Amino acid sequence: MKRRTALKHLSAATLIALAGLNGNSYAADTIKVGILHSLSGTMAISETSLKDTALMTIAEINANGGVLGKQLEPVVVDPASNWPLFAEKARQLLGQDKVAVVFGCWTSVSRKSVLPVFKELNGLLFYPVQYEGEELERNVFYTGAAPNQQAIPAVEYLMSEDGGGARRFVLLGTDYVYPRTTNKILRAFLHSKGVKDSDIQELYTPFGHADYQTIVAGIKQFAAGGKTAVISTINGDSNVPFYKELGNANLKATDVPVVAFSVGEEELRGVDTGPLVGHLAAWNYFQSIENPVNAEFIKKWKAYAEAKSLPNADTVVTNDPMEATYIGIHMWKQAVEKAGSTDVDKVIDAMGGQSFKAPDGYTVKMDETNHHLHKPVYIGEINADGQFDIVSKSDGLIRAQPWSPYIPGNEGKQGL
Amino acid sequence: MVSRNTIRFVGRLLLSLCLSWACLGASAAHAQGVDPALLGVLAKGDTSARLQALAALGQTAGPLAPAVLEAMRERRLYAADDGRTYIVSKDGQALDPATGQVAQLPEGASRVTINNRLRRALDGALAVSRLQSEDPAVRLAAARRMQQGGVDSRQALDAALAGEKDAQVREALLIALAALQLDSQVPAERAAAAETLGNTGSAAFRSRVAALLAQDANGQYLERDESVRAAAGAAIRKIDRHMATIEWAGNIFYGLSLGSVLLLAALGLAITFGLMGVINMAHGELLMIGAYVTYVMQLLFRAYLPDAMAWYVVAALPAAFVTTALVGMALERTVIRWLYGRPLETLLATWGISLMLIQGARSIFGAQNVEVANPGWMSGGVTVLGGLVLSYNRIAIVVFAVLVVLFVWFLLNHTRLGLFVRAITQNRRMADCVGVPTGRIDMLAFGLGSGIAGLGGVALSQLGNVGPDLGRAYLVDSFMVVVLGGVGQLAGTVVAALGLGAVNKLMEPFSGAVLAKITIFVLIVLFIQKRPQGLFALRGRSAE
Repeated sequence: MKRRTALKHLSAATLIALAGLNGNSYAADTIKVGILHSLSGTMAISETSLKDTALMTIAEINANGGVLGKQLEPVVVDPASNWPLFAEKARQLLGQDKVAVVFGCWTSVSRKSVLPVFKELNGLLFYPVQYEGEELERNVFYTGAAPNQQAIPAVEYLMSEDGGGARRFVLLGTDYVYPRTTNKILRAFLHSKGVKDSDIQELYTPFGHADYQTIVAGIKQFAAGGKTAVISTINGDSNVPFYKELGNANLKATDVPVVAFSVGEEELRGVDTGPLVGHLAAWNYFQSIENPVNAEFIKKWKAYAEAKSLPNADTVVTNDPMEATYIGIHMWKQAVEKAGSTDVDKVIDAMGGQSFKAPDGYTVKMDETNHHLHKPVYIGEINADGQFDIVSKSDGLIRAQPWSPYIPGNEGKQGL
Repeated sequence: MVSRNTIRFVGRLLLSLCLSWACLGASAAHAQGVDPALLGVLAKGDTSARLQALAALGQTAGPLAPAVLEAMRERRLYAADDGRTYIVSKDGQALDPATGQVAQLPEGASRVTINNRLRRALDGALAVSRLQSEDPAVRLAAARRMQQGGVDSRQALDAALAGEKDAQVREALLIALAALQLDSQVPAERAAAAETLGNTGSAAFRSRVAALLAQDANGQYLERDESVRAAAGAAIRKIDRHMATIEWAGNIFYGLSLGSVLLLAALGLAITFGLMGVINMAHGELLMIGAYVTYVMQLLFRAYLPDAMAWYVVAALPAAFVTTALVGMALERTVIRWLYGRPLETLLATWGISLMLIQGARSIFGAQNVEVANPGWMSGGVTVLGGLVLSYNRIAIVVFAVLVVLFVWFLLNHTRLGLFVRAITQNRRMADCVGVPTGRIDMLAFGLGSGIAGLGGVALSQLGNVGPDLGRAYLVDSFMVVVLGGVGQLAGTVVAALGLGAVNKLMEPFSGAVLAKITIFVLIVLFIQKRPQGLFALRGRSAE
């Protein structure tokens, strides 16, 4: 009994407080946006900084007058690296909080698990991470790279004279959908370049694998057969033991270069990069890119980390998915302003052709039809400071091919 | 080793530079300066042009040219907007290699970046100049680099061989020479070269030697000489045999080291679960705390004792032991004590505690992994059998595991605490009757198990990630080891850990890492079906 009355009082008090807020602020007149990133569990290591980037961008937009004259109100939920929970939280954001748009997800499996919810409730999702392609949903905009904007250029670089002219390839990955699909595409691509199956070795490890001794010894042996490069789709956490083992086994980047698709500045924060110098990563953005927009972006992020006293605020770095989050939120704002409304269908129609001056040094553009960005590709070598020296970049922007031409049956699937 | 030699080399170089300035004065130093046009290309041009400039620089006499290469390799070469370059020494002094004068580094000068292709060429060029070094170790490293080819080095090799006294360096030089002579015009030289390379047994030369056996489209051998082909065939068989030996030796060592890791992770649990019967789901988090103590210790050393940085891991051991033991004892006193004999509640409670500890670590240290660097003596590895690299950190962990097992064995079998713990394990009520303070002993034993887990955490921090989720990865493995070994038996835990490590590693080359792990689980399930008490079971009346 008592508890119930207490609850009643509490909710009444809350209502009054809210009403009070309404009176002197714009709380009633805000646009809600959802942020769906894991803040606990295994993926927290990568996704936490995306949540903070999104909050920073929203604060920036609000400080400049908001969207359509309204302030943005972020609704942050924590799906805890739990794939089914992603779907539940997405349903909560769309159904209960009535958010206009959601920025979120990292792993492909989390994206796949929220897709049905977004389709059913006609929501709008911005997905900021490089992925394996083979997907094109009306309710999703992909601001990360498709395989032809990351994996294929990286392999082309490894085969070039500058990249070491590799002729043998070890495709090493964690055992789940992204590495498997990417390696399927890469194998077909390598075939088209005349690389035989006997010169390709495909290896998978379980999630969280920490003992790479046998694999590194195997790579060493495989490399005895000719100029070899390793293409790593190892998932975030396992990279540290893998690179440590490489360093200890004295397998240098000048002998066998390793190019990784999931290793960025954030992942290298936990690593002594001394033995890794020269190993490569391919992304659409690196913190070390020099241009005024990027300098401004980095400065803003550092100031934000300082102001909000994020953990280890003195060593924060920016990376590719953070930049993609930043671009995504700004482009959504532009589309809303063009559409004059936050209505999902109108915003989707207004998104095509939007452009934004991005920290990667280009004015990136949302494709008119395929929901992916036109992005530049950079190849960077790890240096001793935990940053990347850029050794190669694409000529201008590259249009995404979400349906890889290297997978049979994908012909004629380019648009929506 | 190499880096220390490099430093010594640079030191000598700088010394000779200083001497040459002192003797020759400014005008003479100017005569030795490096062509500015060359430097300009080196700093800015495309890779091919830079490689040419690099080669030209290799031909340039005087100490400045190698200094430029050295600086470029170590990212200490800077280029200003006007195309001038500067060598920045480790203490921040800038030097203009075009003049040989000390200069002021201009505002906006940026670091000259290199890629792997340039790095390879630089290593080659530096190796050529280092062949004449006074330090045999530097010469040996240079000769080893020459074996990989990619440098136009015949002259340099001949010159070095003529003056070389050190047997080891001489042998390395001869191998480098043989690698060059594979392309010789004289068949006898080719055959001899193939034999020399075959005798090294090194996989690095396999593809080069195998090229002698290549056939063209019509099945005709490109190598016309029968005797050369025979020599190449013999060499390849030799290399393959040696590689097979290395593979086996490697797998055994890898199994041993994986076994030691499992052992260190599980030993604490062998006490808390094995002896005391507490299903401690927070065991992994005790490992994590041990790892974070190592991290904090590293920070403290970096801040207050930078000279003794190499030994922070050693200092972390007692700190981790004490910290985790205290955490463990606090857990035992506050939570677990009330739940003895109620395994289900214990399981849930400790699971909840583990979540709290993880989130606590996340709040204090952040969700990101933290950097725990291997100290110098744990980085790199020793090459045995001419090709198998045993990394120092793995060796250290094997040794450490042995020490920890001895420590635990001594505590349990030769101390009063150990006696009481064993007494309680065998018959709690009887022990209580004869005056063993069971409550206090339970607390101490749990503290001991937790402390051992902390020691394991220190070891794990040297191998992989240190993050809030570190413990999760090892929890299942730890339980697997203890259950397989037989609850209540230390020896069982040791045998189970080493056995699992060995089986896993021997299987991995054939089945792949994923299948190896699954197979292990299946085997354990089958084994436990057949023998629920584990490998070693308690015998006698005391067994319940």
